[in-house]
Amino acid sequence: MDELLPLLVAVPLLGAALLVAGGRLVSRPVAETIGCAVSAGTAALALVLLLNCSPPFLEWAGDWTPVDGRSVGIVLTGDGPGLGMAALASLLTLAALAYSWHYFDEPPHGHAGSFPALLLLFQGGMCGFAIAGDLFNAFVWFELMSVVAYALTGHRVEEARAVQGALTFAVVTSLGAYAMLMGIGLLYARTGELGMHQIGRGLDAHGRPDALVLAAFVLVMTGLLVKAAAVPFHFWLPDAHAVAPTPVCMLLSGVMVELGVFGVWRVYGTVFSGPGGVPAPEFERALVVLGALTAVIGAVMCWYQRHIKRLLAYSTIAHTGLFLIGIGVLKPEADDGIALYVLGHAGVKAALFACTGILLDRYGSVDEHALHGRARELKGVAVLFVLGALGLAGLPPFGTALGKSVTEEAVGGPLTVLYVAASAVTAAAVLRVAARVFLGLGPRPEAGSGYETTGSGERPETRHRLSRIPDTMTAVPAVLLAGAVAVGVAPGFAKVVAHSVNETGSAGVFTSVHWTPAGVLLGLVSTLLAGVLAVLAVVRPKPFAAPDRALPLRRLQSGHVGDYVAWVLVGTTVLGALTLPGMLGG
Amino acid sequence: MDVFPYLVAGWVFLAGCYGLATSRNLIHAVGCLSVCQAGTYVLLLTVGYRDDATAPVFSDLKPGSRPVVDPVVQALTLTDVVVGATVTALLLALVVQISKRHGTVDPDELSELRG
Repeated sequence: MDELLPLLVAVPLLGAALLVAGGRLVSRPVAETIGCAVSAGTAALALVLLLNCSPPFLEWAGDWTPVDGRSVGIVLTGDGPGLGMAALASLLTLAALAYSWHYFDEPPHGHAGSFPALLLLFQGGMCGFAIAGDLFNAFVWFELMSVVAYALTGHRVEEARAVQGALTFAVVTSLGAYAMLMGIGLLYARTGELGMHQIGRGLDAHGRPDALVLAAFVLVMTGLLVKAAAVPFHFWLPDAHAVAPTPVCMLLSGVMVELGVFGVWRVYGTVFSGPGGVPAPEFERALVVLGALTAVIGAVMCWYQRHIKRLLAYSTIAHTGLFLIGIGVLKPEADDGIALYVLGHAGVKAALFACTGILLDRYGSVDEHALHGRARELKGVAVLFVLGALGLAGLPPFGTALGKSVTEEAVGGPLTVLYVAASAVTAAAVLRVAARVFLGLGPRPEAGSGYETTGSGERPETRHRLSRIPDTMTAVPAVLLAGAVAVGVAPGFAKVVAHSVNETGSAGVFTSVHWTPAGVLLGLVSTLLAGVLAVLAVVRPKPFAAPDRALPLRRLQSGHVGDYVAWVLVGTTVLGALTLPGMLGG
Repeated sequence: MDVFPYLVAGWVFLAGCYGLATSRNLIHAVGCLSVCQAGTYVLLLTVGYRDDATAPVFSDLKPGSRPVVDPVVQALTLTDVVVGATVTALLLALVVQISKRHGTVDPDELSELRG
């Protein structure tokens, strides 16, 4: 079975090559069918491997197996979490391809295959990153998925904003990637190995951590946290999401950002968790502080947006903060909870983006204020949008609710309040949009402070404005939401996820995951809170609009690439300062 | 071990970052990103360097007769160069497009996405 592992990367890459080479010869439906078939095939392969991955696969590419414990080969790891992320990425790619089926902007003549080819490349990069067992390869896949993501973000090159957002995204993420490469170089200098397990063993053999280990940790984590959009590395994300085509947003928010979190979890767990790495309390402090900051800033900024795609982007940032806290506390139960939370979140968030895409293509706007009451006739989309908001709030039985309740129980104390508050505020913002746009409730909001991206005057992504919504565009969000519910209710599913996460993550500690009365109650509380907030905001817009004291926070999001680079450096310094004390102490 | 090359690598990287943060021209900014990347090349090659060693090409060298520098980091650097070329090309293409659509390559004047 393990020799099938490289196919997870090879199949999408070959499919993309085929589409690039033959794309000019075939018609659009043929190219899109090939794209769907290839991504579906990869998804099926990932699922088959996932079901058989106990014990985890280890594949040395080209049979370059280690000799006397020293390795020069490339190792791929097919364990539960890695294959799970690969399966999630493949399924979401399939969803994005199905969503863009025929509706998406007519490609230039003779380039029918370019968009599906790019999506397949993206899928290949994400699958490769998920199963990489070696740090340098993880960097290469990280770059492949990033470069394709920049190209996809700026896919509509004739749009002024699209190229600007893509450039910001590209500069900030590339800088993060180079920082990560510096860290990898330092680790290689210390251990002479590139495989993650081998590096971890090499560090432990060397003894207590020193400045080099700290520098390597900070640099590698910088790259991964830029991808994960943790504050203050997050500035690229709202800009990129605001301008990227809808199917791309589904992938960016649904799985690519989560791959950054997954990378942090994987790299800490295999490289830095031993006695020669970073002590657990330091890692915990760094991730919980950054995660809490991310959750708070993401939720606050989400509330103040009127550009619906930016609003959803900030909600992704808030949830990433929650994910980071979950993996930061280093408890097996929290890891299980986060795995379920990520799966549920991917379905819900991708569905919300899909619904927003329908608004964009029908009304040529994603501005909450301009769309006030205009989407009354879209009853079905309204239902999906509200369901998505409830899933975001963590209403049982959504998978988000199960994951959130398991994590809340594991992190305990004041952090539980943060989980409830952040999910309630982000969901309330989405509910507010639903109430205004689909139901036309409340007075028409007045013009804001001016320092914002409005989202009106966007060009639809279809050839013409849609007069009838194609079935594929409503079926995809419905299926995604059904998937998010299935994560929570499918019998035994949570146990399987928990088992496969624990098998690789927590050194033999297996935990059981199930609904608890307290978890259900907290889910209901955050949903109720979201509903109340949304109603208040719609009925009395004035006190809930952006106050002047929020302006400094909004001004940070200046759209200036130089500012964002400076913030990345600040973040790297903060990460170092948070990790340093324990290294000095012992 | 000589720390000087490591300091150079760090310096080059930070100089690139400084350029990126203060740049008034996007083409210049893309160049600065390449400077950051040059810092990573210096670091990688430094890691593999050995005193009095030669290139790891065994066509005219009896294996074991002389020390050679680490070929792994050279392979890594080469991969890094390829990655960097792709990124730089894509970035410059985006800058060309920004120049066409916005009529400027000064990041201070690109203020459509904010708040």
